[in-house]
Amino acid sequence: MNLQIQIDEKNNESFVHLSGEIDVYTASELKEALLPLTMKKGHLLEINLENVSYMDSTGLGIFINALKSAKEHASNLKLVNLQDRVHRLFQITGLNEVMDINTTIRGVDG
Amino acid sequence: MDTREIDTRNYTALLKKYIETQDEQALYGAEQISKSFIKKNILPEEFVNLHIQALLEIYPDLHDKIKPSMHFLLEAMISYGLAHQEFQNLREKQLAIKSEILVAARMQKMLLQSKIPETDELDIGVISVPANQMNGDYHHFVKGKDGTISITIADVIGKGIPAALSMSMIKYAMDSFPENIMTTDTVLASINRVVERNVDPSMFITMFYAQYKPDTGKLYYSSAGHEPGFYYSSRLQKFKDIESKGLVLGVNPDASYVQDELNLEKGDIIILLTDGVTECRRDNQFIDRTEVIDVIKKYIHLPSQEAVNHVYRHFERLQNFQLRDDFTLIMIKKQV
Repeated sequence: MNLQIQIDEKNNESFVHLSGEIDVYTASELKEALLPLTMKKGHLLEINLENVSYMDSTGLGIFINALKSAKEHASNLKLVNLQDRVHRLFQITGLNEVMDINTTIRGVDG
Repeated sequence: MDTREIDTRNYTALLKKYIETQDEQALYGAEQISKSFIKKNILPEEFVNLHIQALLEIYPDLHDKIKPSMHFLLEAMISYGLAHQEFQNLREKQLAIKSEILVAARMQKMLLQSKIPETDELDIGVISVPANQMNGDYHHFVKGKDGTISITIADVIGKGIPAALSMSMIKYAMDSFPENIMTTDTVLASINRVVERNVDPSMFITMFYAQYKPDTGKLYYSSAGHEPGFYYSSRLQKFKDIESKGLVLGVNPDASYVQDELNLEKGDIIILLTDGVTECRRDNQFIDRTEVIDVIKKYIHLPSQEAVNHVYRHFERLQNFQLRDDFTLIMIKKQV
């Protein structure tokens, strides 16, 4: 399965919409798309995972990398609309405590 | 007469036969000769040269225009010869790399082998199977002088050789900690600092570390983002997750961990695993954790080592014997 990466950049914000699976085969493509966006000071990078049905630990590694890079470059990283299975991965690994994650699915809670 | 000369003669004879009779047998013979030439590393242009010599022997009065045309062909084949030589070189290099990896895998296996400590208190079984040559899962048992048994299970994210190399780092760091005087949470905090300094930004390690104290019958444990294990209470005849909060190793150098404890009674069982177990797929559907418990239940009456072997075989079959991820399963039964 593939991963589709759609990026809308506005001023100092980027909205990334992902759909598909994030795994060992699609991770490097995602890394190349995300990392440059984390390197702009003060930039907000919001990643919508609503249509990501599966993510493995390699995918998790990409988000850890993005988080470290955001910290280093003083930009902000935010994950929104995670499916249960994906969210569980962030919970088990304790990453939900150190990352800005909003699981509210749009349309459910408005 | 050397074999090459024999081949030359054969080739001439076969060519002659084919020109005169168009016999299929002669074509088959030519195929055999070309196979033997490839084995001897004879280049395409040499083959063309052989053809020219054979042709001249059969037709000493070969048409004037044919001869230069054959030399033209010979020149044209030289690039193919170079490509063939490069292919041979790559094949040799590939073999060398393959055998180097094999040596490294063997060395890793030796380095990381962990003997199950002898104890009357616990019946311990473990199986760890890599998906590829090198294992990204790590487990280790140590029995301290005071009888404390420490158990480590870890999963290095990022597969293959880089993962295997970081595993050696974990092993040496763990070995350097003073024996059993550290609590499980301080062990994870220390190893986290080592890992954070030494891994690539997209790499991380999940680890579960526990100490069983025979004098109190208690299991102390901490988790760094590791897939939760299971605790089976023989009194309640129920499984529950061994939940413990903690950030994966290698993300934040200042991460702190918590130590939790479990009172183990006779017949209680601790099951530790890596996500290679819970991430098994069947027809592209993931199995869930309750399904893992169902399989474990089937073999739980067996001695731990037999039980983990059976569980592994079950999941191996389920995935048509193609592991996607390294698979490690530890079972610890309290005997007394």
